[in-house]
Amino acid sequence: MKKQAYDLVIKDGRVIDPALGFGHVAHLFIKDGKIAKIENDNISSRKKIDFMPDENVIDAAGKIVMPGLIDMHVHLREPGREDEETIVSGCQAAAAGGFTTVCCMPNTDPAIDNQETVKFVLSRAEMADARVYVVGAVSKMLKGEELSEIGDLVKAGAVAISDDGGYVQNPQLMRNALEYASMFNIPIISHAEDDFLCKDGVMNESFQSTRLGMKGRPAVGEVIAVLRDIKLCELVGGRLHIAHVSTAGAVEAIRMAKADGVDVTAEVCPQHFCLTDDMIGEKFDTNLRVNPPIRTKADIDAIIKGLVDGTIDCIASDHAPHAEEEKDVEFDQAPPGMIGLQTTVGLVKTYLIDKGYLSWADAIRKMTRNPARILNLPVGTLKVDSPADITIIDSDKKWTVKKTDFRSKSKNSPFVGWKLSGKVSHTILGGRVVYSDK
Amino acid sequence: MPKDKIETVLDKKGINRAITRISHEILERNNGAESLVIIGILTRGADIAKRIASKIKEIEGVDIPVGLMDINLYRDDVHQKLDQPIIQRTEIHFDVVDRNLILVDDVLYTGRTIRAALDQIVDFGRPRSIQLAVIIDRGHRELPIRPDYVGKNIPTSKDDRVMVKLSERDEDDSVLIEKSGLKADDTTPAKIKDKVKKTKAKPKKRKGGKTK
Amino acid sequence: MKLQSRHLLGLEGVSADEISLILDTAVSFREIIERPIKKVPTLRGITVLNLFYEPSTRTKISFELAEKRLSADTITFTKAMSSVKKGETLKDTVRNIEAMKINMVVVRHGSSGVPYFLTQCMDSNIINAGDGSHEHPTQALLDMFTIRQKYGKLKGLRVVLIGDVKHSRVVRSNIWGLKTMGCSVAVCGPSTLQPYEVEKFGVDVYTDLDEALDGADVVNIMRIQLERQQSGFLATQREYTNLFGVTAERLKLLNKNFTIMHPGPMNRGVEITPEVADGKSSVVLEQVTNGQAVRMAVLYLLSGKREEEE
Repeated sequence: MKKQAYDLVIKDGRVIDPALGFGHVAHLFIKDGKIAKIENDNISSRKKIDFMPDENVIDAAGKIVMPGLIDMHVHLREPGREDEETIVSGCQAAAAGGFTTVCCMPNTDPAIDNQETVKFVLSRAEMADARVYVVGAVSKMLKGEELSEIGDLVKAGAVAISDDGGYVQNPQLMRNALEYASMFNIPIISHAEDDFLCKDGVMNESFQSTRLGMKGRPAVGEVIAVLRDIKLCELVGGRLHIAHVSTAGAVEAIRMAKADGVDVTAEVCPQHFCLTDDMIGEKFDTNLRVNPPIRTKADIDAIIKGLVDGTIDCIASDHAPHAEEEKDVEFDQAPPGMIGLQTTVGLVKTYLIDKGYLSWADAIRKMTRNPARILNLPVGTLKVDSPADITIIDSDKKWTVKKTDFRSKSKNSPFVGWKLSGKVSHTILGGRVVYSDK
Repeated sequence: MPKDKIETVLDKKGINRAITRISHEILERNNGAESLVIIGILTRGADIAKRIASKIKEIEGVDIPVGLMDINLYRDDVHQKLDQPIIQRTEIHFDVVDRNLILVDDVLYTGRTIRAALDQIVDFGRPRSIQLAVIIDRGHRELPIRPDYVGKNIPTSKDDRVMVKLSERDEDDSVLIEKSGLKADDTTPAKIKDKVKKTKAKPKKRKGGKTK
Repeated sequence: MKLQSRHLLGLEGVSADEISLILDTAVSFREIIERPIKKVPTLRGITVLNLFYEPSTRTKISFELAEKRLSADTITFTKAMSSVKKGETLKDTVRNIEAMKINMVVVRHGSSGVPYFLTQCMDSNIINAGDGSHEHPTQALLDMFTIRQKYGKLKGLRVVLIGDVKHSRVVRSNIWGLKTMGCSVAVCGPSTLQPYEVEKFGVDVYTDLDEALDGADVVNIMRIQLERQQSGFLATQREYTNLFGVTAERLKLLNKNFTIMHPGPMNRGVEITPEVADGKSSVVLEQVTNGQAVRMAVLYLLSGKREEEE
């Protein structure tokens, strides 16, 4: 048998890669797990495709072909809570959600605060359906007291550090972390919520928390925390990335910091542009409990403005699996967090692109090029010779979120039953099809 | 099915005569008014109770204590109804112990209301006797209960509606019967059961006269 | 007229007609409490579970008595005697108990929304006896019953709720109910104990007690939890009493024929002086008696409502 020139071709799709500034219908050729070439439709490219066996051709006509998406904020729960998620199951969910790269947060048990745990996670991820990059802990056991061995973490493969799940309360420790991490040119990802102001709070502080008699997490708790980190970053340098921005005030603070030249970037999660706190009183759905909490319409408007003007660099899911029995309890007893890997694309399409706030190119940039740049990842582009990580999206396909479709081990999503537009059609990891929509 | 037709069984004068006669019988049987108390079942039984009391006052010159009673909390069908009946106020501001108690209702039918009333009275104390006075006895008893004083006995089919109207809350005094198309002997037990079910599913509004 | 729901989770969204139905029905039950035999057979065969995850004396006893006086079978479950400590979830606990064939649940719990949560995992009628700082509908109903008993109406009265507005479910239920019934409602307490955007309830908000009392008909004084001091909401008990303690002196600001209420338990000498608590305008004990009548009315009205209705 004659050896084939290419292993796989994706034909007739609208190829969008903000890193290349590419955005029109073309054919994408893959060879040895890498992007071999992108060619416009012409007689010669057509011929190459005609020579290939059908099973090696993906017809992407009418669909959008993009670099494999990056979710820079997920919780994979392994080691420690393999009943909620494993690296393998989390990566299956990622593949089904169009993500070929995920960055996992260190709040596992034990925490990813040492080389061994980084190596353990990376070894577990070797055969998984997505690339996994590790975010190491800022402080030992995430206690916010002593710095972890950040140099060692980086050496083992960590691409950033974070005490996500909580804020680095001690400003001196945060200052040290920023200075220390800058030696390795990695960002610190800050879960910015002041513990004293937000202590025991279970939802946004608003008339809704007043009405329901629930302890609130005030917006100012986030704003103050963001401002402090920005000022420290301004003082000592280093790179600061604000995770899951949820308030208008934080968007404004980041916008001003960027204008002042501070090296700060930010991400937002779908729950903070799709959900509002008045939904909580309807059914006390514990899947709506998340930190930072879902806020108000005014916050959503500000976040969208921040996405549009570039203040917010990335869209991430903050995929946070929790066991059913832990969520099926009293609202304030439930752990905060919701899964998101498989709903993010649909929510971005339905709530940002269809509403005219972002173009597909804008949205893809925030889920490919920007996170790749922030974390120095060698992915997120369709440039020739880069890994053949590709996501194909059926842009106008309507679908309903179903619990049974979740590949995550946990099903804690408030979006079950939602009707969305835009569904992942294929996910390709290093030239291998890891997901295709039936 | 033939059209239902409405007949007048008693008019204003007839009701008045019945109340007068019952009052005389009560006094005769109880050797005067001294030992008497009277309790009417809400709503129209209570109206009649008050009329009997004032008639007795006319005859004997004695004020006898009158009480009102809502029997809904003692019904035997509360668990079968979807919405609980609205409870009116029971007012018995006197001691019933060792008195001859006259219990008054407008229509005596299955006897279940009276059973509920008897149970409730006992919770207030132990009367020397309880005697039952009704304006209409329409038959079809489901419990071993009989009236001591009756305004008028009228034979009915189970599907007929008997309506007592009193000027206290209706336009005028009268007792009406709305005949159903069915003959009395058509009401086989199976059919009755059916009817009962239907009534439960959709309780009729009590408008313009009580149906019993 | 009938109740719209087969549960009583709160007074938010309950119509004036429904509240009137409950209060009217309670009038009839109030009479039963005065009878020599304070018991009617109405709820024979109905089993009521009292599920108390928070300590409570008065509300628990009041519900238990109300149930017994309606001839219901009752069981009371408190956190201390349960398997809760072993880690069983609330859902498992209530499902296990419901498997023993109960019909109604009266629930008190420290978390807002638990009564709603129970409606999702059991078939019984659920009555909220206090959830977190959310609602305590029967307390507000008995407060309204007591006010109506005295004034013959609710509409147009000025009611002031004093104390820890932030953490009080009694205040919230009272606000919903009183507003629905056409009262003018004010809240008064230290600004640290006023919840965020409290004015959105449609109430007048005061931090000066004298201003709040001016022209009021009814003063409903909430218990101040002394542990609020440790959380930094209050400076000292002494200062609270000076600023917000209701004294006989201050009552001069009220309308003639004013009423003093307190849902209990009282901290005499803290939020209320003994003189006011025991004064002739105080209806504190009447509230307790009325509480039973109101709870009997709620149990009675809900007991007939089955699931197939919704």
